Amino acid sequence: MSPILRKLLRDLARLQGQVITIALVVACGIASFVTMRSNYDSLLSSRDTYYEEFRFGDVFAHLERAPVAVEDQLEEVPGVAQAYTRVVESVMVPMPQMLRPASGTLVSLPPGGEPPLHAVFIEEGRALDPDRSDEVILLESFAKAHGLRPGDSVPAVINGTMRELTIVGIGMSPEFVMVMPAGSMTFDPKQVAVLWMNRDVVEAAFQMEGGFNDVVARLQPGADETTVLAAIDRVLEPYGGVGALGRAKQPSHYMLAAELQQLESMATVVPFIFLFVAAFLLNVVLSRLVTLQRPQIATLKALGYGDREVGLHYLMLVSVIVVLGALLGMAVGAYLGRQMLGLYTDEYFRFPYPRYFIGLDVAVTGVGVSLGAAVVGALAAVRRVSRLPPAEAMRPPAPASYRRTLIERIGLFSWLSPASRMIVRELQRQPLRVLLSATGIALSIAIVVTSRFTFDAMSYMMDVQVHQAMREDISVILAKPLPQRAVRELEHLPGVFRAEGIRSVAVRFHAGHRWRDASILGYPPDGELRHLVDREGHLQPVPQDGELVITSKLGELLGVRAGETIEVELREGDRETREVVVTGFVDESFGLQGHMRKDSLHALLREAPSVSSVLLDVDPLEFDAITQRLKELPWVLSVSSPRDFRENFEEQSGEMMGVFTFILTTFASIIAVGVIYNNTRVALSQRSRDFASLRVLGFTRREIAAILLGEQAIQVALAIPLGLLLGHAMAVGIMSSVDPETYRFPVIISARTYIYSSMVALAAALVSALLVRRKLDRLDLIGVLKTRE
Amino acid sequence: MLRAEAVTKVYRMGEVDVHALRGVDFALHEGEFLVLLGMSGSGKSTLLNILGGLDVPTEGRVFYRSWELTEADADELTRYRREHVGFVFQFYNLIPSLTARENVALVTEISEDPMDPVDALDLVGLRERRDHFPAQLSGGEQQRVAIARAVAKRPQVLLCDEPTGALDFRTGVQVLEVIDRINRELGTTTAVITHNAPVARIADRVVSLADGQVIHDDRNPDKILPSEVVW
Repeated sequence: MSPILRKLLRDLARLQGQVITIALVVACGIASFVTMRSNYDSLLSSRDTYYEEFRFGDVFAHLERAPVAVEDQLEEVPGVAQAYTRVVESVMVPMPQMLRPASGTLVSLPPGGEPPLHAVFIEEGRALDPDRSDEVILLESFAKAHGLRPGDSVPAVINGTMRELTIVGIGMSPEFVMVMPAGSMTFDPKQVAVLWMNRDVVEAAFQMEGGFNDVVARLQPGADETTVLAAIDRVLEPYGGVGALGRAKQPSHYMLAAELQQLESMATVVPFIFLFVAAFLLNVVLSRLVTLQRPQIATLKALGYGDREVGLHYLMLVSVIVVLGALLGMAVGAYLGRQMLGLYTDEYFRFPYPRYFIGLDVAVTGVGVSLGAAVVGALAAVRRVSRLPPAEAMRPPAPASYRRTLIERIGLFSWLSPASRMIVRELQRQPLRVLLSATGIALSIAIVVTSRFTFDAMSYMMDVQVHQAMREDISVILAKPLPQRAVRELEHLPGVFRAEGIRSVAVRFHAGHRWRDASILGYPPDGELRHLVDREGHLQPVPQDGELVITSKLGELLGVRAGETIEVELREGDRETREVVVTGFVDESFGLQGHMRKDSLHALLREAPSVSSVLLDVDPLEFDAITQRLKELPWVLSVSSPRDFRENFEEQSGEMMGVFTFILTTFASIIAVGVIYNNTRVALSQRSRDFASLRVLGFTRREIAAILLGEQAIQVALAIPLGLLLGHAMAVGIMSSVDPETYRFPVIISARTYIYSSMVALAAALVSALLVRRKLDRLDLIGVLKTRE
Repeated sequence: MLRAEAVTKVYRMGEVDVHALRGVDFALHEGEFLVLLGMSGSGKSTLLNILGGLDVPTEGRVFYRSWELTEADADELTRYRREHVGFVFQFYNLIPSLTARENVALVTEISEDPMDPVDALDLVGLRERRDHFPAQLSGGEQQRVAIARAVAKRPQVLLCDEPTGALDFRTGVQVLEVIDRINRELGTTTAVITHNAPVARIADRVVSLADGQVIHDDRNPDKILPSEVVW
């Protein structure tokens, strides 16, 4: 082995504490990048494979009823490659052990069970027997949540008739990857069922013989979606079409895309931070090492080694650290990525075969970027030394000169003890380094804040919704709008204190060439159970007679101002387009909608008073009995309780967030320890002579530790507010990647998150201090005094 | 005041044992000015370090008055250095980030009954330079600051390890004058290490070491002033 290689190995051995901490930071960077990227890539590719194999559609439309012959008209629409018509209806699934019935979707399957689009993957069991009318294939997530297997039976209220169906298969389909219960804000697989049944059975149950009410189509390559959607709408308009949608608006696809987008933005931001910190650490450690090795470098050069060889020697040192970190990072990243994919596909995204893989590009980018960052970080130090002529490099570097700090010159700080002045002047001498290390620590705090804030923001919004906006105990969604009498009927159930009917209607708002699909909600004039609440949680008045208040974001998207007229295209009733004046806006967090007085909405619809959902304020003791009664009413589509949203949310997001927070907290702690430990080590080796002198003068170990660690403490103190600010800024950045048409959260970060994040930095500082304190205790008092600086 | 009995110090340097001190008996008396003379490697620095509580002997006992330092633990040795001993080193060991006055104040802060830092600097003739940083002072000036720092806490013992070793003749003499003055005016018991034989002529007593043993211990009948020293 060549002597210079041997020197490399010995330097690595001597610096092991620092080599390990830096390699760990690099490993964290690569691991976080690999985990998030590979998870994202795998989800995306699993989804695409699923969509392809099970023939997910490009365009979707729902209507009241059209004869089967219309299918040919649809296929003739320019740009449509294939159209598949079917019958899809809402049903209620009153599971015996559940208080509230689950909301279900009944989907027809053609004879033979193999639809041209939206095929069903049967995970367990078999396809439907075309001759049996009581067989059903049940959505896998619902079946698992209830422990149902083929051979078991499941109850369903189909068009008002209660039926007991036999499960023959457990399946899934690309249109139901992510499903939310009607009227809910959270996922709850127990509450959402999909039932696939033979088409003739479904047709008979809903008087749909020879007709269809749902269309799925595939586009020809290069077809313009907007044009096709408009053409399909024209075809379906006479049949009660409610407006065709592209993939972007298909509920399951839409939610899946939103989740993936958030994952992608996290996968970009977080690893970048780790790699930045790793580059910074390598720079600090290497410049110290190179400075300490000046005489050796001079000797090497005097012996005839060139600048390039010397530079290469130190770059090799960096590369070894990065490669060690990269190997570890890849291994950890692959493990965590696989676990994460499992978590996502078990909890949220139902794919038939989730496939985990790490793309070559991910591996190459991860290692390449960290190696690049490290080399750039180290290069400056190496260049500085290799430029020196050997004779000069053999002399010790000029003694550091200090000046009085500005604050001192003004006269402040005169009360500082000399020991404290040592701290202040040391910090002032290298402000850039202080700033960079404070930034490094701050970033680790920011990572923890980021990992927790979506949960905080969601919790806040849940609280606002549940405590301020939705004051009812039970929300009852009706199978179809019913006369006002339904409200009175529910009000007379024993234990119901108050019942209020809400009318909601699907509409398309038009303003000039701009349009958005939304709904208008109509509130009773003396209502107490539903309130309009803005993003800050302030109550907003329910509109007066004839007024229309719309979501601020909707107004922005349509480009309308208060007092301007917009067109409202009704999606039910006479399906006419009417003109309405927008009287005001409400800055809501969820969705896009319009709000009116209920009677004004009836007038707009030119209908007799009716309701589409009923809100109940009930006696808590009667709660269970009432939900039980509601389950038995055939005209009730779903029953939910706002209180459940909060619980479901805690339960589901809690686990996901626990995993995320744990991983990122671990990584962030490693960064913080990496920065603080290395800083302290550098400070110690640069100033061991000062500290030894102080020990000789009679300073105790504790006192010199206070000086050394005081510097670090100030950096941590600077880092905490900076980190919390950065965390907030990153949260704003991540929030902006969320589609504003669905959620518009205020960036709310709880005090608990701030405190937790700060504690992570403090704990890391403490650990680093303990690690260095051991070195400080073993300071060589005599040796250090015998040498000239 | 300080007494060493049969003190032995063995360093393990890699594979071999180095006997720095071989059974040294030694005493430093109240108020005297002592010079420890010896070639490099004679063991004089090791002895001084042991007397100053910076090092512990392998065998033998060391007493400061009635306090047995060889029984003291690390914290007690720190207290001993802090309360009773002033050190001056060949390479000054000033803290570069502190001014002259602050370097002195560093010690007065942690002492019971210290001098005013400026008075201590006055004693070494550096009152005017008190707000300069070490990088702005000459070698002789830095050493005088180090002496001011050592005496500012009014130690009972002042131990100087080659205080003139890094200085030229003229500044060396100035430093010796300051040490001599401290010994006379403050009555601080002083021990100075040197390998420079002529310096020994300013002492009350001269102890010579060679190869880890005391070879001479003589009173100096013809004590001269530092200004008369020639080397």
